[in-house]
This record gives sequence, C-alpha cells and structure tokens, in this order.
Amino acid sequence: MTELLDTLQRWFVSLPHCATLGFEFIGVEDGKPTLKVNYRDDLVGNGSNGVIHGGVITSLVDTTSALSVFSHLDSAEAMATLDLRIDYLKAATPGLPIYCTAECYKLARQIGFTRAVCHHGDPADPIAHGVATFMRGSSNAILGGDATGAPL
Amino acid sequence: MSAFMQSFLALRERKDYAGIIDSIPYARLMGVEFEESGEDSLLFRLPYYERNIGNTLLPALHGGLIGGFLENAGLIHLMWVRATLEPPKVVDISFDYLRSGRPQTLYAQCQLTKQGKRVANMLIECWQNDRAKPVAVARAHFLLS
Repeated sequence: MTELLDTLQRWFVSLPHCATLGFEFIGVEDGKPTLKVNYRDDLVGNGSNGVIHGGVITSLVDTTSALSVFSHLDSAEAMATLDLRIDYLKAATPGLPIYCTAECYKLARQIGFTRAVCHHGDPADPIAHGVATFMRGSSNAILGGDATGAPL
Repeated sequence: MSAFMQSFLALRERKDYAGIIDSIPYARLMGVEFEESGEDSLLFRLPYYERNIGNTLLPALHGGLIGGFLENAGLIHLMWVRATLEPPKVVDISFDYLRSGRPQTLYAQCQLTKQGKRVANMLIECWQNDRAKPVAVARAHFLLS
C-alpha cells in the first residue's frame, strides 16, 4: 500500500459520517481497497425484516470507490463524486458484516472511473454492484488533511 | 401484510411523521424529518448534524449520506401514496451530484414518473437554499411486488 493510501484510508474512515456508520479499512490488494461495515440495529431500513438500509451501502460504495482512485495517485488532491449508480442484486443478510471492494479501472486526466462490489465475504456472491465517476481536482481543499483540518 | 407495513399505515392515518421515521432505524440515525406538502406530495428535510459530514475541509455532507436520504425519501413516498402494500425494493438507483451539500438543511421531494404493475420509476431531487439549484438528483426503479 502506498503511503498516500495509508494516510487517506485513516482519514476516510475517521470522517464523521463514516465513523458514525462504523466503517473499517480492511486492506488493499492490487490497488483495490476493501472497507467493511458491521451489522448494527440502528443501520436497519425496515424494523420488520432487519435488512440494512440501502443508504449504508451507498455510503460504503461511495467511500471505497473514492479510495480506489487514490490508490493510483502519488499525491493528495480533492475529489468529488460526479455520479454513482447502485444495482441491488439481493437483500443483505441481517446480522452479517458487509464488505465493499472497489477498483478504479480507468484514471483519466480529469475523471476517475470506478466499479465496486458489496458482499458478505464472498465477492462471487454479491449483494450490490456500484459504478461511479469522480471529478479530480474538484476544489482547492486538499483531501487527507490531519485531524486539525490542515492539508497534507 | 408485514408488521412493518401495518404499523406504517396506522402511523400514516394519524399523520405521525416522526413515528414513521422512528420505525426506520437508519432514517432516524440520519435525522430525517418529513411532512405532507400537498395531496400525494411529501417534503423531506434533513437538518444539519455534524455526524453527517463527509468532508471536514469544505465542509460538506457525505455523498453517500445524500444518496441514502434520497433513497429513503423514495421508499417512504411510495408507501405513503400506497403504490405498494409491502415495502418496495430498490432495483437500482442512480445519483448525479451537482453541488456539494453544505452544512445546512437539505430538502427532498419525489416525483413518481411512472407507476407500473411491478415497477415504479421515480425522480428524487434534493436542494438547500434554492430549489432551482439542486444538490443531487436520483433516478430509481423500485419493485412493487
């Protein structure tokens, strides 16, 4: 893992929304980062069946996909999600953690193209599939600042 | 009918908006509020909470959170207008992020573009100060049966 990715994964999972959902960084393989969210009662979308809300998956896909773009970069830069599409392939199983592995399959000068899969441990049996595009250099604020908010 | 749907329809009868949010744990965690804004029309609100921030430098709301807010609005809207007798399932949802979500209240409204027998197509839009300047729009398909 690059030093940049290591710094950024720490920063990403510590962002207020990601910390609220309990995102954890699992690792990176061939430039593809994996994040995990544990099952929690307050993340459920429907009290009757206990299935995790799709919004949690959206945040997981967005965050992991953004991180996958940084695995191709040497220095931090601001990045904004341009669009994101999620296909829900099957309901998540109540009680199980959800993993997301994302890949930036094309990094262009201004845009990063990503795809991601959410699963319960076996990527061949996915819960959801996401594709996204990210706009590079989207603002003057450089991502990955330290805890005080100062840029790297 | 599921216990969830029975409870939803009873709460709807009483216009107990907060009760409906309480029955959806993740919507409660986000801090979503809503109320009727006309016949078959709901206005969703997400007041600003620090826990919803996804970029501490701008600062901006997390894009995934904005997505969850939109998806949740679509689900509640479909159940509210009784398009379905069970909670709809999202087949796919596509978000376009147009502006960063500033640390202030986010609003959303849904438009049922087409309601078929099995699938509904919906457009969901969110904005902050100015309705004409959307923060994000979502297009989604929901399975109704």
